[in-house]
Amino acid sequence: MSKKNKTRGKEKYMKGFFFLCAFTSVLAVALICVFLFGNGVPAMLEVGLKEFLFGTKWAPTDIPPSFGILPMIMGSIYITIGAVLIGLPIGIFTAIYLSRFCPKRLYKIVKPAVELLAGIPSVVYGFFGLVVIVPFIRDYVGGHGTSILSASILLGIMILPTIVGISEAAIRAVPESYYEGALALGATRERAVFKAVVPAAKSGIMAAIVLGVGRAIGETMAVIMVAGNQTRLPNSILDGIRTLTSNIVMEMGYAADLHREVLIATGVVLFTFILLINLGFSALKRRMR
Amino acid sequence: MRQQSSINQMNFRQKYHSYRKHPGSFLLFLLVNLAAIATFAILLFLIIYILIKGLPHLTPSLFALKYNSDNVSMFPAIINTVALALLSLLIAAPLGIFTAIYLVEYAKRGSKVVELIRLTAETLSGIPSIVYGLFGLLFFVTTLHWGQSLLAGAFTISIMILPLIIRSTEEALQAVPDLYREASFGLGAGKLRTIFRIVLPSAVPGILAGIILAIGRIVGETAALIYTAGTWPQLLSGIMGSARTLSVHMYSLSREGLNTDQAYATAVILLLLVFLINAISAFLAKKLAKG
Repeated sequence: MSKKNKTRGKEKYMKGFFFLCAFTSVLAVALICVFLFGNGVPAMLEVGLKEFLFGTKWAPTDIPPSFGILPMIMGSIYITIGAVLIGLPIGIFTAIYLSRFCPKRLYKIVKPAVELLAGIPSVVYGFFGLVVIVPFIRDYVGGHGTSILSASILLGIMILPTIVGISEAAIRAVPESYYEGALALGATRERAVFKAVVPAAKSGIMAAIVLGVGRAIGETMAVIMVAGNQTRLPNSILDGIRTLTSNIVMEMGYAADLHREVLIATGVVLFTFILLINLGFSALKRRMR
Repeated sequence: MRQQSSINQMNFRQKYHSYRKHPGSFLLFLLVNLAAIATFAILLFLIIYILIKGLPHLTPSLFALKYNSDNVSMFPAIINTVALALLSLLIAAPLGIFTAIYLVEYAKRGSKVVELIRLTAETLSGIPSIVYGLFGLLFFVTTLHWGQSLLAGAFTISIMILPLIIRSTEEALQAVPDLYREASFGLGAGKLRTIFRIVLPSAVPGILAGIILAIGRIVGETAALIYTAGTWPQLLSGIMGSARTLSVHMYSLSREGLNTDQAYATAVILLLLVFLINAISAFLAKKLAKG
């Protein structure tokens, strides 16, 4: 009898232990929020919210310093839009190929290749961009090479695996009867896929786009290496630009006092963007179900 | 059977006629194939380019025990990477696996707490690595006074890989048929015994596949580590010492711009590691699918 009670006690105790472990992720998110907002928001208020978000001059070492991060916000937005413009069509068409047109034997080669693309470290991408894309843009398109265009191309490549992976899963989840029905009505294979199957996978593909945007905004190392990092509003896509992420990495090493806190505030802005994107993503995922 | 295949499959002539009648479809056919070829070609080009440029510079001296400005050895960075990966997994793997056990085996469907846990895990997986780096710098390095150290880096990274381990373990546990659990209960085993003796062993390949992917993320990470584990280029002196990993090493090399050839060589090693990690993970996942 006592042994039975002991077992029951152990069961209960372990359940509590598992629950505590599960609670670490809640704790982690709470800690991240507290530390980022706690350090960043006061700095934002000290600089002045309008001055901080809409100021176009970033000169942290001037006397008096100016902390306007509008160029960086626009930098992140421009590069993300560029990356989506490049990565999205290629990614979705590749996903359609993989899910509907790819012969099984070829699939065994192409699918791992896409996964490999996802596994390559961002430094390696950045380095590749630096030694291949940047000189190419400089020689054949113009400008210094380190530019919005180079960063967009590189990020477009980097978000490919995200877009391909999620869109492919979404397209595969569409019932085969949609495709067969369209064929039976006399559509060609392509027409059946594009007019019946892909529209049915719409919310999944939207989710892929949202996640791709999240990856593009959050990417740091690769962007630093190819974007040029100038802190001014650009006039063309061949101008260099700095993003929110690269601003943090570039200056955190030597920043002190208010400068340092303002960099954390830059992180807060980035974090807010990401939270909004995540909200969009989970809303879309709920709709998929 | 034979007749069916002739209905479903068109020969080249039939295809040609069909596409002549529907040029729009032909255009789509082209686009879809071109996109797939482009994706594949980008990967191939990247790998071949790095191999050609990097392999000739992969000299034995790059694997010397000590780093100095004449010989920017990557060997210390490799050892540091291994140490960081081990330490991070030591923290994140048990936490992630236990979380998944709670979510799959214990939690009631639709409970508010479970919703919250899932939501936060999802949030964690979307946070960019530089935000983790910033948080690690504020919390582990500064507030806890750990300084830039392997320990601070490992804790930062383990929060980062936690959602990945949770998700893959969850999937692996869900793939274990309920029949196993019922049979175990039927034989009089308790819940804990069932989980540790029956469910977990059958989910091992899936869990391992997730852990290996997590190792891949650790190896490739830079932004979260620069300000937490630091950039000290020598062999680590202990868990409270600063240590740069291979990715950070490569970033420093290409940033300084003096050792581009060595950066290529480091890229080769990183690519090889990623290749290996992906292959092992795919192998384990296949093993799980077979059961």
